[in-house]
Amino acid sequence: SARAGSAAACQGCPNQRLCAAGAAAPDPEESAELRERLRSVKHKVLVLSGKGGVGKSTFSALLARGLAADEAKQVALLDIDICGPSIPKMMGLEGEQVHQSGSGWSPVYVEENLGVMSVGFLLSSPDDAVIWRGPKKNGLIKQFLRDVDWGEIDYLIIDTPPGTSDEHLSIVQYLSATHIDGAVIITTPQEVSLQDVRKEINFCHKVKLPIIGVVENMSGFVCPKCKNESQIFPPTTGGAEKMCQNLNISLLGKVPLDPQIGKSCDKGQSFLSEVPESPATLSYRNIIQRIQDYCDQHQLQEEKII
Amino acid sequence: ALIKQFVADVAWGDLDFLIVDTPPGTSDEHISVVEALRPHQPLGAILVTTPQAVSVGDVRRELTFCKKTGLPVLGIVENMSGFVCPHCSECTNIFSQGGGEELARHAGVPFLGCVPLDPQLSQSLEEGRDFIQEFPKSSAFPALAHIAQQILDSASQHSS
Repeated sequence: SARAGSAAACQGCPNQRLCAAGAAAPDPEESAELRERLRSVKHKVLVLSGKGGVGKSTFSALLARGLAADEAKQVALLDIDICGPSIPKMMGLEGEQVHQSGSGWSPVYVEENLGVMSVGFLLSSPDDAVIWRGPKKNGLIKQFLRDVDWGEIDYLIIDTPPGTSDEHLSIVQYLSATHIDGAVIITTPQEVSLQDVRKEINFCHKVKLPIIGVVENMSGFVCPKCKNESQIFPPTTGGAEKMCQNLNISLLGKVPLDPQIGKSCDKGQSFLSEVPESPATLSYRNIIQRIQDYCDQHQLQEEKII
Repeated sequence: ALIKQFVADVAWGDLDFLIVDTPPGTSDEHISVVEALRPHQPLGAILVTTPQAVSVGDVRRELTFCKKTGLPVLGIVENMSGFVCPHCSECTNIFSQGGGEELARHAGVPFLGCVPLDPQLSQSLEEGRDFIQEFPKSSAFPALAHIAQQILDSASQHSS
């Protein structure tokens, strides 16, 4: 209702801001400006997780790389994890700085067709901490959307921090003027992680963000010596598969643990190119294809409507 | 506001230790909890990382947060540090190795220890059971016990 988030009873409620954000209308001038700037972006995909440490940034980085493997596609990766910007390191761009041109901030390019933007590029030292409250973080996110000269791109992948907080509210609000294809939610098999994913799914429903599907990361480990499989993070309640069945959401795939994933991220290399024969690579590629298919289908549907 | 309420309005009773679990990052919740706990002289912060450089990279910033807010650092814990295969006992460093210890050395803070991956630990937490009671033979148990002991030692030093 119009009083959502602003009633006396709302004070101190953890969802107060969420409810209030629905009632507040975004600035129409701002919306028009963002719509104009993002007109050249064909598909926008948000990567979310309920919990931290489930492999969301790793997935975002590999999704961007996987999509950019087709040289005909232009891909961009936007890192809005303001407090923990891991994307520059994962993409081998640590130490890079942002350059400004007449048309705005230039993304930092990994490949000719793959550009990246992160608060990490604005920090001068790896020890610098961004100790900001919500409103200041929101301001930077708006700048990223408004001032970065993305150019004509096919996919904008947006890596988020864990949870359902300021950054998530603001990105959805700012992008509400344009079209978001949907969100991919990352989890591990444990109930503790799934509990947070259900909240994430509720968030998506509340802000009318379509859910492309769920990825179950760290799904089993095959010992390199004896080849036996262990469930390091046991799916005590049926894992993502059961949850997706119950909530009628697509399970995009399961990715097993592979020590090479962490290693290649640390070195800023693409796991997909470094270890092409890993079962994890196969899983990632299948998932990336499904996301691409979803985006293409959506485009067709939109064109039909027009 | 909720965090302030949790600190000030919950009837904790007489406690020897209040453990505060925080979300990842250096934002509202962290600023608020440090402000709310400041009058109560917190013993300090334990920083948890996995061994990988990417995780350590974020914890470096967390260390800066502690310095800037005057929160003492009790030490660093390197979690998910190796997995011993239950079938053949081969240890695999799934999330790399050594990043936590190196960071502690670089930053001049105590390294509290490595905790290996143990599916029994995950399982018992999921089911709300007491891991330490149920699996004292687990590879994670000596590590956790050692870390707890160091905190107890810090606390005794602090009070005396």
